[in-house]
Amino acid sequence: MADTLKIGQMEFASRLFTGTGKFSTPSHIPKVLEKSGSEMITVALRRVDRQGKQNNILDYIPETVTLLPNTSGARTAEEAVRIAEIARAAGCGDLVKIEVIRDMTHLLPDNAETVKATRMLADRGFTPLPYMTPDPPAAKALEKAGAAAVMPLGSPIGSNRGLENKEMIAIIIEASRVPVVVDAGIGRPSHAAEAMEMGADAVLVNTAIATSADPAGMAEAFSLAVRAGRKAFLNRMPEALDSASASSPLTGFLDECHDVL
Amino acid sequence: MTFFDRAKEFESFDFEGYFNRITDNDVRLAIEKDRPGIFDFLTLISPRAENHIEEMAQKAREMTLRHFGRIIQLFAPLYISDFCTNRCTYCGFNTRNRLERKKLSAREIDTQARIIKKSGIRHILVLTGEDPVNSPVSYLEEAVGILSKHFASTGLEVYPVDEQDYRRLVQAGADSLTVYQEVYDRRIYQNVHPGGRKADFQYRLSTPERACRAGFRSVNIGALFGLAPVRKEAFFTGLHAGYLQTEYPSVEISVSLPRMRKAAGCAAPDHPLDDRTLVQFMTALRLFLPKAGITVSTREPAFLRDRLVHLGATRLSAGSKTEVGGYAEQDKSETPQFEITDKRSVDEVEEMIRQNGYQPVFKDWEPLQVSP
Repeated sequence: MADTLKIGQMEFASRLFTGTGKFSTPSHIPKVLEKSGSEMITVALRRVDRQGKQNNILDYIPETVTLLPNTSGARTAEEAVRIAEIARAAGCGDLVKIEVIRDMTHLLPDNAETVKATRMLADRGFTPLPYMTPDPPAAKALEKAGAAAVMPLGSPIGSNRGLENKEMIAIIIEASRVPVVVDAGIGRPSHAAEAMEMGADAVLVNTAIATSADPAGMAEAFSLAVRAGRKAFLNRMPEALDSASASSPLTGFLDECHDVL
Repeated sequence: MTFFDRAKEFESFDFEGYFNRITDNDVRLAIEKDRPGIFDFLTLISPRAENHIEEMAQKAREMTLRHFGRIIQLFAPLYISDFCTNRCTYCGFNTRNRLERKKLSAREIDTQARIIKKSGIRHILVLTGEDPVNSPVSYLEEAVGILSKHFASTGLEVYPVDEQDYRRLVQAGADSLTVYQEVYDRRIYQNVHPGGRKADFQYRLSTPERACRAGFRSVNIGALFGLAPVRKEAFFTGLHAGYLQTEYPSVEISVSLPRMRKAAGCAAPDHPLDDRTLVQFMTALRLFLPKAGITVSTREPAFLRDRLVHLGATRLSAGSKTEVGGYAEQDKSETPQFEITDKRSVDEVEEMIRQNGYQPVFKDWEPLQVSP
C-alpha cells in the first residue's frame, strides 16, 4: 500500500510542503517544486497582487501543485477569516493555513485566537491547517475545532534552530488524530529528517530553501531528508539508549538457573 | 510606564564614560550574543565598534535574510499639503519660509494616485505639514479614503494627533504611521522647535504609543540625524523601538535613519552623520532588533541605497517626488521639504534590487475591512 499523506479529502505522495516568500525571485519556484517533488506550497495572500505590473506569484505555481493560502498578517480570528474568504473568492480553494500572530517581535502564533479561527473557518466549509505554538492541549482543541492537520512550530520562525520544542511535538504527534506538520525553524535537512523520524506526518520548509544560494539544490536535499526520515519511522527505527548495556542485565540469570523442580 | 519615563532613566547616564570603557572584546561579545540587550546595543553604536563594522555587517545581513528573506518592499511618498504652522529651524516647510503653500483637492489626490499606481507602486505614504486648520483630520480622512481605493497599503506621515483622531484615520483605511521624534535630546528639541504645536516635546514623544493603541498595524519611528550628537540619538531610537515592541507586541515597529540634507533656507547640520556611522547604526539596529523593518528613503544617494540593501534595509521608497502635486507635472522648481538624491524611477530601483539578488515586492498587505 502506498504511503500517502491524507489531508481532508486530499492525498499527497510528498511529505514536504514548501513556501513562496523570501526568494530572490519567484522564478526559482517552479524549479524548487520540481526538484523537491513538493505537492503543496503556501502563499501569503498579502503578497498576491492581482493588479500589479509584475507577474502574479500564483503564475509560478504549476496546476498540479496544491495551493495553501495562508493568513499571514492576521492578528485576530476575524481577520484570518476575512483573509481566507478573500483567498477563496480569488480562486485559491478551501484549503487554508491559519496564521494568527499578535506578537510581531517573536512571531509566535496565538493559540487561543487560532482555535477560534479554526472553528469559524471549519464552519464556513474551509479545510483549515492551523499554525500553532506547540502546546499539546491546544493541538487537541484545534483538532476538535475542525483542523484538518495541526502545524506546530519546531522553533521560532527564521531561527534555523530545528526542533527546540521536541518534547511537546512528540506529545502532540502521539495524541493527534489529524496529521501533524512541523512548520518553522527547520534550518537544515537533518532537522527535517529528525521531525520525520519522530513520526511527524510532513514538514514545511521555506526560509532554508528560499534564502539558500541554490534554492533548487537545497529543495532536493530537503526532499531526500524527508523521505529518509519517513522511511526510518515506518521501519521502526530503534530508540537510542543512554549507555551500552548487556542484553538482559536483570533477568539474564534466569537462563543460568537450573531448576530443581 | 510610558516611553517618556523610560527615556528619563537615561537622562543623566554617562554615555561618554560608558563608551570610553568599551573594549574590542566587549564589541565581539555583543556581536555574538543571541539576544543583545540595550547595553549591548550601546556597545555596538560606540566609537570602539567602528573597528568591527564588517563583522557587524556580516551578521546583520545574515539576520535580515533569515527574518525577511531576499525581499525589499517598495513604496512611494505623496505630499498632499505643505501648509505648516511649525518653525522647525531645519525644515523647508518652516512657516517663516515664504513659499506658495499648496494643498491638493480630492480630485488632485486621485489624479496623483493614478499616476503613482502606473509605476507599479502599491504601498503609499501620505505626508503633510502641520496645520490642523488647512489640513484638518477630516481632510486626512478624506485623502486616506481616496488612496485606499488605489493602494494595498496607505500609510501616514502627518502631524501628531490624539488617539481618538488616529482611530478615525485607521477606520478610514490607514494601516501604518510614521512619526519621527526628530531629536531625543530635549534641550536641542526645544531650540530647534521654537514655536507651533511641535514645541511640545512630550506630546511628540508619546505619539508612537498613541498610534499603537489606536490600531495601526505598523509604526515607524526615527531621529533626524544632524540636529544632536549622533550616538545618543541612535541609542534613544533603539531604546524607543525596543520599548514599543515590548509594550505593543501586535504592532510591527520599524525604524528609519533619516539624515539632514540641505533643504531650502536651512543651515548645514550641526552634527553630521557620515556614511560609515550610518552603516554602523543600521547594522547595530538589525542586531539589536532582528525583526524590525528598516526604511531607507530617496534622501540617500543611489550608490549608498544600493549597498544598504545588503545591510539590514527592508523597505525603500522609489520614484519619489517631494513637492505637493509633484507627480503630475515634470520639472517643477518649487521648494520641496527636502531634496531627493536618488532620482531614479521605480523601474530603475526595481532593477537595482534584482541586480543585488533581491526580490522587489510591491504588495505586502491585503486591506481588510475588519475593525481591530
